[in-house]
Amino acid sequence: MAMLLNEEQGMLKDAAKGYLKTSAPISQLRKLRDAESADGFDRKTWKDMAEMGWASVLVPEDHGGVAMGHVAAGVIAEEMGRTLTASPFLSTAILGATALTRFGSEAQKAEYLPRLAAGDFLTALAVDETHKHNPSSVTTTAQRSGNGFKLDGRKSFVAEGHIADMLIVSARTAGADGEPEGITLFLVPREAAGVSVERASMIDSRNSAAITLEGVEVTADAVLGEVDGGYTALEAVLDAGRAGLAAEMSGSAQECLGQTLAYLRERKQFGEIIGTYQALQHRAAHLYTEIELGKSIVLKALQTLDMAPDHAAMMVSAAKSKLGQVAQLSAREAIQMHGGIGMTDEYDIGFFIKRVRVAEALYGDANYHTDKFARLRKY
Amino acid sequence: MPDLERFRAETRAWLEANCPEEMRRPMKGENDAVWGGRKAVFESEAQKTWLDRMASKGWTVPEWPVAYGGGGLSKAEAKVLREEMGRIKARSPLMSFGIWMLGPALLKYGNEDQKLEHLPKIARGEIRWAQGYSEPNAGSDLAALMTKCEDKGDHYLVNGQKIWTSYADQADWIFVLVRTDFTAKKHEGISFILVDMDQPGVTTKPIKLISGKSPFCETFFDDARAEKKNLVGELNKGWTIAKYLLTHEREMIGGTGAGSGAMRPMGDVAIQQVGLNEHGQLADPVLRTDVARAEIDGLAFLSTLERVTEEAKSGQGVGANSSMLKYYGTELNKRRLELMMDGSGHDGLEWDGDGDVARHWLRTKANSIEGGTSEVQLNIISKRILDLPSA
Repeated sequence: MAMLLNEEQGMLKDAAKGYLKTSAPISQLRKLRDAESADGFDRKTWKDMAEMGWASVLVPEDHGGVAMGHVAAGVIAEEMGRTLTASPFLSTAILGATALTRFGSEAQKAEYLPRLAAGDFLTALAVDETHKHNPSSVTTTAQRSGNGFKLDGRKSFVAEGHIADMLIVSARTAGADGEPEGITLFLVPREAAGVSVERASMIDSRNSAAITLEGVEVTADAVLGEVDGGYTALEAVLDAGRAGLAAEMSGSAQECLGQTLAYLRERKQFGEIIGTYQALQHRAAHLYTEIELGKSIVLKALQTLDMAPDHAAMMVSAAKSKLGQVAQLSAREAIQMHGGIGMTDEYDIGFFIKRVRVAEALYGDANYHTDKFARLRKY
Repeated sequence: MPDLERFRAETRAWLEANCPEEMRRPMKGENDAVWGGRKAVFESEAQKTWLDRMASKGWTVPEWPVAYGGGGLSKAEAKVLREEMGRIKARSPLMSFGIWMLGPALLKYGNEDQKLEHLPKIARGEIRWAQGYSEPNAGSDLAALMTKCEDKGDHYLVNGQKIWTSYADQADWIFVLVRTDFTAKKHEGISFILVDMDQPGVTTKPIKLISGKSPFCETFFDDARAEKKNLVGELNKGWTIAKYLLTHEREMIGGTGAGSGAMRPMGDVAIQQVGLNEHGQLADPVLRTDVARAEIDGLAFLSTLERVTEEAKSGQGVGANSSMLKYYGTELNKRRLELMMDGSGHDGLEWDGDGDVARHWLRTKANSIEGGTSEVQLNIISKRILDLPSA
């Protein structure tokens, strides 16, 4: 497959860039933060995105979606990484849509996907329980209870947890903590009795929550995929999200470099434009190279998700690992090369280092994915 | 059947019938490669057969015009040929600086007579070329070169010294950057000239490197003669050609970062070197992390080579990105060999120990120097891609 965007994807990129720059730039995130927005995102913006087909980018056409695939989803995520637009795109349009489309029953798809595609139904993935990502570490239990299950446990670092209509929860129906077998995925309405949500205040000003489940009753219809066999589905859903995050981080890294270059071309010290200094030129050139490598591995991972989703794990881990490192390098270098002004809240660069830190940790940081890559390579 | 699919079927059939079995196996070492030239040494009959057959189709240089010994293939057809050769693991029939470096420069800047004279001999592997660029006092600052070329009426007279001329002791001709105007600015007095090395005025002396091997030479010009017709492009405009050719050279050297097809993945090498523990993980946990990171970077680099190549074909141009590939590819190759040395332990410290790893390791140190140092590549990226101002 050609390592290039096709015409449709190229047009989507231009459209996304144009829309986000004018309608959802970094200043929007700053306003949401300063106003301590209850939603943590702009609902009008999300509605626009749904109308442009972004919410449904991974939803099949017969369920009201545009089904453009992971490369297209990545194109949107990358542009959002440039503007740091707060939205439920990752949680709903990538994770929720992938979970329902690939593993939902016909009834679940028919019920949720059209609403999701329209931007009227938000989801959140409740997977992690400890302070580091580890999807097989599940102590949340789902015990058989009458016709359904009763869930108990606590999930943390749930992106968009407090605004989601539906939580996708991993719970243990068999086996022991740390075992991939015996994990089942459940669709749990956030308003269900026994669900309590505690919003966290995150460094990136984005949405995250801790979710406590106490005797939450769900019917057997709430099971997503197979009982006890949910881990494979969970990994597939996570991989879609990881690739999306890698794309987002690629956009952030590019934007950090772009803003830094602009600064290097105008800032004067010792009577010279500082961009003439080789010490800074070489840092910028090295960063450019790392970012170009990052762009390539992200595209490769997204293409693999589209072409061979069951064989994408290694490429996705490579991409998430690489971009975790590249984006952090870019944000760090941006601050250093901006000097003192880069440390001020007034300047936008600081928003990037904070978001990139969170995106890097979400669904496995560079260390996690380097280790996973080695395991998949059988060493 | 669409034309391209028919071409694929024909190519596959031809390769099946004409590629000797022996040429479908990985090379046994660097001596197993065919470089051609007047002094060509063939390790086997199969090597010669394979070269002759491929040359007769023009497929040593598939995209060059037929008139110049090429295959006249379109880019799409050439890709099919590469894929079909890859399918049966066919070796490249000919390694050649003529193909990789001089050929593209002659195609772009040479006159018709020069193309007809030199390109077919390159394509058939009859003449082996060397590159005369660097001088003892013109390394990174290549344009400071001082090899003198005087107009003697019916011919040129060349005097000076080149260094780092790869395999010059085995080459037949050399393309040389010479100074033809000592009064002009340094970039504006340089010419690009072709010199037959079979004359008393040209001598070579191998340079022994830290690896113990001598892939490079010093080449001396003492009243060496060059014919007037062998000036490529205009007098004093050689720098443009030099830069163009360097771009090709950088792509070639940068490509080593991807590892040759015959190279085993680093992880597999490390498993063999240090073994796996009871969890199925490399017994050296720090090496495991380093190897995984390097493999990930290798994948990212390969993907970048692919992407940049395709962007170039779709008209976006490789241009200065060849500097990026050269920079990252060579630095990655150095990392790879450092890790191989780490994994080899004491065995790797012996000359000729553990797959000759020490010699390879030492050789890679030149990767980020030859063809323009990493620092020069970063300068080019800063100036030409990032548009940062010059001091």
